[in-house]
Amino acid sequence: MNDRHDDHPDSIRRRLLQAGAGAAALGAVPAAVRTATAQAPFDWKKFKGEKIEVLLTKSPRGDLFTKYHKEFEDLTGIIVGSEMVPEQQQRQKAVIELNSGNPSFDVIGMSYHVQKRQFAKNNWLLDLRPMLADKSMADPNLDFNDFAQGGLNYAVEPDGRVMSLPFNLDPWVVYYNKEIFAAKGIPYPKTFAEMTDAAAKLNDPGKGISGFVGRGLKNANVPVWSSFLLGYGGGFIDANGKLTTDTPEAIESAKMYALLLGKYGPQGVAGFNWNESQTLFMQGKAAMWLDGIGFAAPLEDPTKSRIVGKVGYGVMPAGPKAQVSALFADGEGITRFSKKPGPAFFYIQWASNKQMQTRMLQAAAGAPVRKSAYAAAAQSSDFKSPKEWVDCMLASAAIAKPGLPVIAPVTEFRDTFGIALTNMINGADPATELKKATAEFQPVLDKSEKG
Amino acid sequence: MTTDALPAPIRAGFLARRRRHMRLLTLPAMIVIAAVILFPWLFTLWMSAFDWKIGTVAHFVGVDNYVKLATNQRFIESIVHTFYFTALAVVLPLVLGTAAALVFHRQFPYRGFLRAVFTMPMMATPVAIALVWTMMFHPQQGVLNYLLSLVGIPPLLWVYSPTLVIPSLVLVEIWHWTPLVMLIVLGGLASLPTEPYESARLDGASEWQLFRYITFPLVAPFLVVAAVIRTIDALKAFDTIYVISSGGPGTASETINLYLYLQAFAFYNVGNASAVVVVFFVLILAMAMLLLHVRQKAKWTA
Repeated sequence: MNDRHDDHPDSIRRRLLQAGAGAAALGAVPAAVRTATAQAPFDWKKFKGEKIEVLLTKSPRGDLFTKYHKEFEDLTGIIVGSEMVPEQQQRQKAVIELNSGNPSFDVIGMSYHVQKRQFAKNNWLLDLRPMLADKSMADPNLDFNDFAQGGLNYAVEPDGRVMSLPFNLDPWVVYYNKEIFAAKGIPYPKTFAEMTDAAAKLNDPGKGISGFVGRGLKNANVPVWSSFLLGYGGGFIDANGKLTTDTPEAIESAKMYALLLGKYGPQGVAGFNWNESQTLFMQGKAAMWLDGIGFAAPLEDPTKSRIVGKVGYGVMPAGPKAQVSALFADGEGITRFSKKPGPAFFYIQWASNKQMQTRMLQAAAGAPVRKSAYAAAAQSSDFKSPKEWVDCMLASAAIAKPGLPVIAPVTEFRDTFGIALTNMINGADPATELKKATAEFQPVLDKSEKG
Repeated sequence: MTTDALPAPIRAGFLARRRRHMRLLTLPAMIVIAAVILFPWLFTLWMSAFDWKIGTVAHFVGVDNYVKLATNQRFIESIVHTFYFTALAVVLPLVLGTAAALVFHRQFPYRGFLRAVFTMPMMATPVAIALVWTMMFHPQQGVLNYLLSLVGIPPLLWVYSPTLVIPSLVLVEIWHWTPLVMLIVLGGLASLPTEPYESARLDGASEWQLFRYITFPLVAPFLVVAAVIRTIDALKAFDTIYVISSGGPGTASETINLYLYLQAFAFYNVGNASAVVVVFFVLILAMAMLLLHVRQKAKWTA
């Protein structure tokens, strides 16, 4: 696959550069060249004529980037070859190609909650700090103060290396049906206790209304539980790499999960993913629905939803120890194997720039990481998301923590604990199930951090 | 022909050479088989002896993967699920398909047209079928529970219940594959001689006796063929189960194939997944031998 690059102008250019470097050893010219480079202002056209490959996931975000690639090409003169693959297949493709050391792409769109640790552990991404420090490379408008902390936590490694630029945040929020709440005169819950209480009062199987709905399907259901776990002051792993998923906090939060879904949830919720939950909520058959922030568009769409204008967007209620919104996020990084890190860096800066972030919000394709995008989008006339949603988003992002452990075998973690949670909905004892899952997963975790 | 005219030693040499040439002719097929069947097989066997997760260094562990599988409750359950699913998904279409074939074997108006309608499910794409059935199974919005409510039966949880999930999945299999059994048995019925029936009727045999003592033994070999095809299909079933229940709720409908898929393509445990494949292969081999044995028996009784 490497040969492909050989007759391309950029490799010719590289050879010229190498020749230049050779000349540097000989004498005077290059020093001047070097200072010129150092002082050169940022120029989007710097890599004109080069070509990069981008691997994205099929999602509203992926669609948005692809739609505006032409604009990037006009802006920079860099040609973008892009491929959009459904999430699961994209993750498989990425692992297999990166593992081979010769991936077909320069830039990869990634889901931090699944891929971050895996990529970091295998050292598959390029540290962006040298390019960020280079004034001729970094867009002066790239201001990290404008990036929400939740996104930066994911993009920056504990040792300070910047491995990617985030572009989408997905904090978990509570959608609630204002009509159902008002009918019983119940206010939106502020605490976990009020939340279970509200679910109990609003649950009305006779009328086909569930007090609560959310993911019960294994694997998908783990963030619902972690939303409670974090509020109980629990976590996934302690400083020594031991799972803390069978602590009293974990068990209490699992009991809450089993109660809300098993007792106040709809029939068959053990098989529900977000789409079944969404359908039920949109039909006005559920009082509360806990899921990621990205569902405002369908809920407010009169052709799909029966509860347009009645949807409340609530920040996750406070638990006994903390008020936390479980967070998922996406970003873009450059592979360590890329032969075009420069143009690739231009691409990811463009993808996370203010204009693209504003467009993402306007198109209801996601929740931007850049705070300025919210104000910018609100000014435009075609921005349809309710103000309450924007407020909920900003408040949630401020209290957000990763909704899944940042480990390599995330999928296995979700599978193991997902099965435990599904069993609890169907009546199994939370403490026993968690102990079993923890014992089962600890060796997998140990091995992944060793190997 | 012309070799007859040649002296014996020359002829022998010629034949030997010819045999050598003939052996050479099988070479392309041999290479293809070695490359696409033998090599992957041996490589799988080799990988199953390693503890290897994609992205990490592989360690040689010998038979450790197999030892772990032997005590892995989830894997053992997946074998049970596979055989439970397979048994239902073979027997029920076989019974219903035979019944349908007997019906369609009789003369009645629009028979050709109705036969065509009956075989239509077979032509549909499994994933599309699975998606439609998922909607029909939905406990609140699904049409199946609506139909039950019309006749006064309380709603069922279908694939959302750990106990009902496999029978529900089998329902999809039955809908999809009964027509295939029907076609095979119908072919069998069409080839049957009419004389035994005539003489049996003269002797005053009832319809049931006709079926039990003439039709059934005569179409038994065709039923075995249908059973073999159905068994192969049911054992390798993946798409419908993956789309409808993904092995859930929990692991209630996790068959070997789904377990294998998770190990290989979600957890990237290639070594363990290879061991699963090998075990599965041995199980299939054992079943194939059993079916061959049954077929031999069917031949004798026929």
